[in-house]
Amino acid sequence: MAEKTLAELAAGLKARQYSSVELTQAYLARIEQAQPALNALITVTAESALAAAAVADQRLAAGTAGPLTGVPIIHKDIFCTAGVRTTCASNMLSSFISPYDATVVTRLKDAGTVMLGKANMDEFAMGSSNETSFFGPVHNPWDAKVVPGGSSGGSAAAVAARLAPLATATDTGGSIRQPAALCGVTGIKPTYGRVSRYGMIAYASSLDQAGVITVSAEDAAMTLQAMAGFDPRDSTSADVPVPDYVAELATPLKGMRIGILKEFFGEGLAPEVEGLVREALATWQRLGATVKEISLPNLPLSVPTYYVVAPAECSSNLARFDGVRFGHRCENPKDLMDLYKRSRAEGFGPEVKRRIMTGTYVLSAGYYDAYYLKAQRVRALINEDFRRAFGEVDLLLSPTTPTVAFGLGEKTSDPITMYLNDIYTIGANLAGLPALSIPCGFARGLPVGVQLIGPHFAEGRLLAAAHGYQRETDWHLRAPAAWSQDFNPGTKAGAK
Amino acid sequence: MSLSPKQIESIAHLARLELKAEEIPVYAESLSRIFGLVGELDRAQTAHVEPMAHPLEDQVQRLRADEPTSINQRDLYQRNASQVEDGLYLVPKVIE
Repeated sequence: MAEKTLAELAAGLKARQYSSVELTQAYLARIEQAQPALNALITVTAESALAAAAVADQRLAAGTAGPLTGVPIIHKDIFCTAGVRTTCASNMLSSFISPYDATVVTRLKDAGTVMLGKANMDEFAMGSSNETSFFGPVHNPWDAKVVPGGSSGGSAAAVAARLAPLATATDTGGSIRQPAALCGVTGIKPTYGRVSRYGMIAYASSLDQAGVITVSAEDAAMTLQAMAGFDPRDSTSADVPVPDYVAELATPLKGMRIGILKEFFGEGLAPEVEGLVREALATWQRLGATVKEISLPNLPLSVPTYYVVAPAECSSNLARFDGVRFGHRCENPKDLMDLYKRSRAEGFGPEVKRRIMTGTYVLSAGYYDAYYLKAQRVRALINEDFRRAFGEVDLLLSPTTPTVAFGLGEKTSDPITMYLNDIYTIGANLAGLPALSIPCGFARGLPVGVQLIGPHFAEGRLLAAAHGYQRETDWHLRAPAAWSQDFNPGTKAGAK
Repeated sequence: MSLSPKQIESIAHLARLELKAEEIPVYAESLSRIFGLVGELDRAQTAHVEPMAHPLEDQVQRLRADEPTSINQRDLYQRNASQVEDGLYLVPKVIE
């Protein structure tokens, strides 16, 4: 059972091979067993999960179920969940009970999914290793001594350890794709504006986008179908029709033009990662794709551009945490300034403070033009590079990360080393493009991911390319040995 | 580029963050390194380039009709505040 994909589990529920309550119980038992070792969740909502599963079973029995009815899900703890603690992995929100649901949560609830709990993450989604969480690091299910990536490290680790068939996630500079790659699962960041951000705690508003982490591209298509679409409550939501992603999976790959991102196959890329990514490319060629090398000369400036734009927006977004209306408040403030400064100092961790201060500086008088406007101009150049590339090819391909997962604690002392881990993923955020990462093999016993980037709103094309690859390979079906035991929902012997 | 401890104190004040004395050199060092990385942007020729604020060029921020769309849920919202009284948020006295 644990080996099954969302698509297979949904079919099993439809065929009444097991009930949603049985499935939910089995996953809750797995979570309980895994939590001490992986720390993938911040909050487990067992009671409400079983109640939701019982409702889903009624819909399944009544024949009114949709494609996702009864399927267990974990939400990244950046999505507001009504009546449930929503922490963003920060001390600032460690006792915040959201008064409302994020649109993503509402839509997936309406689709019949059953929330098992809230996934751990980097604090306010700022990090690439899940080590900045106030609730402690997440461990990679493939090797507890290495990081799962971040910021959606809990979501990726949970799906990799099969604690749920899917988990929501968010991506500002690679926070879906990078952990998906390091944990050996499938992760898609849709086009900017494709999925509503209402109720998704803001980090960098011109970059943030919600997506999903699953076992397969087919699973991602099924989930995105339910998540995507216009939301009047998000002013950046795109009023663009949602195509039938599941139907698009069948698109033949013959003649698909894949561009290899020249700049991302150079210095810094581990040879074993490059080898596996090139093997994946060869698979797509066998499936009929044509390949061409494409140069995006401004792309190497993605990281410095991001580390101006994202902190600037973060410093502005996080100004709302003032200790007054919600969030942590210090004891005995002597005046209003003291209330602000100590509440924020106590509520935020070191990486969040570092980004708030970086952003405050680049937006301050005298530095705005030199840093912020300069970065926005370089962002335009990077955007133009992508636009030109998509005149020549249908998709762009690169590694997702330069190396496999690194050791816990290995990069925490130097922010720059940590930031450079997102070197291949940030470009898609700057240009607002959809991108995904899928597993393409193992190096040193750890998973490697390949990234595909598409033009705006080409999620269907990306998923079709990924699905075509996953029909030829089984890397995405590999689960870490320690967490791949079978379990049988509904039997007492289940959930070993 | 290198930021001085004094600059860090001033940035922290603007950001409304209280820093401990021992944190100041740590942030001075790491922010200086970040601005070293950011300095790479000087390589790009951007004289005639319009700044890009938003990834979807053709999209404008919508305005909705000026009509009430939600009900008053003050009590629910104030459950997350640490100090409220008679429906008001409490802060230290600001008027002498």
